Amino acid sequence: MGIVASRRIKTLLFAVGIFVAIVRPGYGIPAFARKYGLPCSACHEAWPMLNNFGQTFKDNGYQLGNGRDAPIYQEPSYWPIMFRTTPNWHRESNNRQAVDLAPANPASGLVEAGVAKSGFDVDGVDAITAGTLYNNISFFIQPFIGNNGITVNQAWVRLDNLLGSPWLNFKMGKFELDQPLSQERLLTISNTGGIYYNYFFTPPGDRSAFQGMGNVQLGTELLGHSGNDETRYSVAVVSSNSGGTDLPTNQTYDFYLNFNQAFILPWFGRQQIGAYGYFGQVPTFFRTSGGAPIPGTGMGNRSFYRAGAYAHWYVGSQFDFDTFYMHGQDNVFLGNGVPANQPSKLPPGAVGPSWNGGYIEAHYNPNTRLIFVGRYELVRMERQANPSIRPGLGNLDTWTVGYRWYPIMSPRAGLAWLQEYSRISNIGAAPLSGKDDMRDSLLMGFDFDF
Amino acid sequence: MRMISRFIRLIVLVCAWWSAAALAQQSHIGKLVGNAKPGKALYIRYCIFCHGPQGDGRGESAPYLDPKPRDFTKAVFKCRSTPSGTLPLDSDLYNTISRGVHASGMPSWKPLLPQERANLVAYVKTFSPAFQEEQPGTPVATPAEPPSSAESIKRGAALFQSMNCWSCHGKDGRGHGPSAASLTDDRGYPIVPFDFTSGRQFKCGDSDQDMFRVLVTGLDGTPMPSFASAMTADQRWDVVHYIRTLNNPKQHEVQNAANAQ
Repeated sequence: MGIVASRRIKTLLFAVGIFVAIVRPGYGIPAFARKYGLPCSACHEAWPMLNNFGQTFKDNGYQLGNGRDAPIYQEPSYWPIMFRTTPNWHRESNNRQAVDLAPANPASGLVEAGVAKSGFDVDGVDAITAGTLYNNISFFIQPFIGNNGITVNQAWVRLDNLLGSPWLNFKMGKFELDQPLSQERLLTISNTGGIYYNYFFTPPGDRSAFQGMGNVQLGTELLGHSGNDETRYSVAVVSSNSGGTDLPTNQTYDFYLNFNQAFILPWFGRQQIGAYGYFGQVPTFFRTSGGAPIPGTGMGNRSFYRAGAYAHWYVGSQFDFDTFYMHGQDNVFLGNGVPANQPSKLPPGAVGPSWNGGYIEAHYNPNTRLIFVGRYELVRMERQANPSIRPGLGNLDTWTVGYRWYPIMSPRAGLAWLQEYSRISNIGAAPLSGKDDMRDSLLMGFDFDF
Repeated sequence: MRMISRFIRLIVLVCAWWSAAALAQQSHIGKLVGNAKPGKALYIRYCIFCHGPQGDGRGESAPYLDPKPRDFTKAVFKCRSTPSGTLPLDSDLYNTISRGVHASGMPSWKPLLPQERANLVAYVKTFSPAFQEEQPGTPVATPAEPPSSAESIKRGAALFQSMNCWSCHGKDGRGHGPSAASLTDDRGYPIVPFDFTSGRQFKCGDSDQDMFRVLVTGLDGTPMPSFASAMTADQRWDVVHYIRTLNNPKQHEVQNAANAQ
């Protein structure tokens, strides 16, 4: 295996590692439950995953429309804040990690070996305050207290029901896009099972390190829905810097569109189908000063897009599953990591990489206190950016199974016990042998908020 | 022969009892037939924390809610199309679940499927034996609404005074009448008269027809009486037209000036 290919694999694995580190579990918001006296189960199929009532509440700007939404109707002592954390034990293993043959002796040569580690852990605390500033003005602030200090995960304000119409809601700030399935509300939280890989995927050697759909973004959003929330759309314009603040990377904008329609299927219940597209640009080089890049001066922008369709299928009231498809394509300069002002550096036969991916996620919810979840996700490269890259490199398969049990679920707090197992198989990505690189996560612990 | 006859009677009796019990576990709203069994699962998910496991309005959240959640065991409901003191139609309960009750903790549950709401109605009815023992009242008639006019509003304003509506709702309709502070519901909890100036939404529906109906049926379980015999249909429309002006300050001022002249 060549050095270049090895570097690309390392880049890919590093990128996956970064995504895993960035992405944190979602949340339920007992602050709303306290405000309205409703249990978690009113808005969540199993928190943090929303049900239709919860989605409608969210789309209405965190308003039930019962004349008690504005803060003036709350007790003066009411403060819409909640905390969430997930103390857990987890085990991570990798079947083909490159290790020194003799520990601490690089001269002994690299070999592939299985590596496992385990222990107790807690990845930080989410503090969320959200609600209404006034009738039809909602807000959301989510600082995350983690090992690297406090960061602002979300902070936005939304003007709801403009001109008295649910079709016009305008949001500005740092927020999660209106995604087919919310990355922030994922039921599984393990290292390998805690993300939707399609949202973050970039091909081997690609420069774009796409995080548009999975990560929170900085920008504006126009979202609208029918009165019964069966028809929904959203259009967002966001800075193409994956939610980074202080304009650190470039001055381009990405566009995101999402549309979905629900309908009732006799005997089965409410179904929803939708389509989405994310279109953007990424700089391929920067202005420099003494050779050093000047932050925020990205140039030579080149385009990429992600687009696809999805559906939420309900089979009765206890079983449902989600299906998702994505097609992605990056510009040839992005795919090969070459500055657009140096086309001669493109390898012979270079093209823009493209790929297809998808997942199916099933939920069995026998009662309000228990949910089983299973997911299979895959990505398949359609075309490599560089003809010298092996056709299947970058392909991946993941499997995740788990359950969450909620012994406490009241209008004041929620507590879940969860266990999950997940595996990701990066096909042909083992650093030395080119065999499949597999990583497993086993996690169990508590997930609670109050 | 006598034994066979007794046996048949017993069978008929058991069948009748079983049918009555089965029907009481159902709701009928148009073409929808709701069933209590799936309704129970929905009740546990959405309703139990306010209305309580026994349906007596003593859920975990109840102490913090005002007004208090409905006690289903009493089978007394505010929003009905049936006369005061009678059971509501299934469709009345369905409409309340769908619409919610404005200015209370009860939201609109329209995001639930129609079938799910029908199932909830069926389960709510199981909390009181009244639904097995009695029939709902006959729905009250709502005659065609005459057009609102200055004269109609003026007559309505006079009725608002003469019928003592103002003693609870206040002369300006803000719900601060002289009796307001002492009002309680049928469970002894303090209750606040509706503020007609708060907007165009009302507890039992937002249309003029809904307001007219409330004047006929009253709000059972609250101090709001039925005016079915105290006012004619035309008078009730006049009051509806007048109340509509209360959340429209401009129209209200014009009307007050006209009344003063």
